[in-house]
Amino acid sequence: MFTSHLAASIGMWIAGLLTLMIFSFLYKDNPFYKFAEHLFVGVSAAYWMVVGFWTTLVPNLIAQLWPSHMGNFVPSAVGRRPDIWYVIPLVFGILMLMRLSPKANWFSRWAMAFVIGFAAGTNFTRYIQSDFVSQIYSSIEPLYTRGLSVMGTIGDVFSKVIIVGGLLSALIYFYFSKEHKGTFGRAARLGIWVLMAAFGATFGYTVMARISLLTGRMDFLIKWIGGIFT
Amino acid sequence: MGDAETKLTLIEKLGRVDRRIVFLVMGLAVLIPLLVHYTTMIPASPIVQNMFDKVESLPPGAKVLISFDYGPSTAPENQPMATSITRHCLEKGLRIYMISLWATGPRQAMELIDEVIKPEFPNTKDGVDWVHLGFKAGGQGLINTLLADFRAMYTTDVNGVSVDKIPMMEGVKSLKDLDLIYCIGSGQPGNKEWIQFAGDPGHIPVGGGTTAVMAPQLYPYYPKQTVGLLGGLQGAAEYEAALIARYPKYKDMSRVASEKMGPQVSAHLVIAAFIILGNVTFLIERRRRRKA
Repeated sequence: MFTSHLAASIGMWIAGLLTLMIFSFLYKDNPFYKFAEHLFVGVSAAYWMVVGFWTTLVPNLIAQLWPSHMGNFVPSAVGRRPDIWYVIPLVFGILMLMRLSPKANWFSRWAMAFVIGFAAGTNFTRYIQSDFVSQIYSSIEPLYTRGLSVMGTIGDVFSKVIIVGGLLSALIYFYFSKEHKGTFGRAARLGIWVLMAAFGATFGYTVMARISLLTGRMDFLIKWIGGIFT
Repeated sequence: MGDAETKLTLIEKLGRVDRRIVFLVMGLAVLIPLLVHYTTMIPASPIVQNMFDKVESLPPGAKVLISFDYGPSTAPENQPMATSITRHCLEKGLRIYMISLWATGPRQAMELIDEVIKPEFPNTKDGVDWVHLGFKAGGQGLINTLLADFRAMYTTDVNGVSVDKIPMMEGVKSLKDLDLIYCIGSGQPGNKEWIQFAGDPGHIPVGGGTTAVMAPQLYPYYPKQTVGLLGGLQGAAEYEAALIARYPKYKDMSRVASEKMGPQVSAHLVIAAFIILGNVTFLIERRRRRKA
């Protein structure tokens, strides 16, 4: 009980001091900030690597090929027969690591080609369906919706016109095969306003996100410093 | 004339205030509301209420997958979302399947289990009412595989227990056997990938919450491709408000996001004040330059 309490206290102190080191950059760049920054990058990389190894490589590859040796780490592997098909991802994984060798790094291109080919093949169809076809369906809808009140209908029609008008004008702004003059130019100009409104909304949300994170850190510091004096 | 020049100089000085003063004022704008516990309750907007209503409409025993696709860096925004949805699901008697597309996600799920599920719902059991299946690498590739064969990737839970021995895994062969996918995301892979690779092709209801940075990119998927979305801390606070309105017993404990909306209000006022100040001094300086 005492040991776990001590470990938690040490953890709080380390986290608190590292937070202050990072905040010190707001005054000016300094060695404490640099230390905390490098430590963060190193620990993050090591954490992802260790978790990836034990949660994916061990149960999904090593335990499939050598189940009898993995019983201590993956209980479900006990009594299972080796699955020889998993030699293929093992070979591709080794090829990927060839990138570290200056003479044999071209081998990694085979594995990379497989990864890119798989990603392009699966992503292409999904992006076309979810981000293109479905988005067109969602953007251009019938103007009249049944069951709404008079005011509801006015608001509904207004918002649909804004969406379609905004979408078309933003697309016109990016159409460069025709000179932006006359009615076409005015539509392109409206497109700029639509884009600015979208960027403004995105910026506003980004500000909210950053303040949320600052609030989280401040909340932690209050608990840490409050804990010292209680 | 002399007074006018002095006043202009003063405004100009304010406009050129040291950035460290701006940081200090911003810090105080966040710190003071936290110290005085200034909170704001925000009623649920339609997009959040729809998410709440979807969970509310599920019958007891329905299967909800919660994907923890974030880490400690965005926990102040994402963790209150996880807390609210978990309370709501267990209150309704729904079964929760916790997974993660991010290596940092399982730690957040463990925090939820230790701080919310075990103390607040002591009668629920691991493997019967909720299960933590942990992280797997692969992003959209993983979702693609889970849609076809869930057990091809998840053979055990985080404790190494075979999924064949977990009672609530019975009947779960693919993502299509689930009633709702709830992604709590902060980037890629996250909400977008769940919609693209699970919701749309599998016709599975997908909803969730995301950081405010990601929210504008995800709103276009509502309402046809996602049942609802909690956008940032405000979305989390709105869900808390909906939960309290339906289940008043959570009035005191479910206010984590609401308590952090106080600093949001004051910090936004400070930012708006500095933007106005910067623009006013810019206009004054420009006018003076033109006169000169």
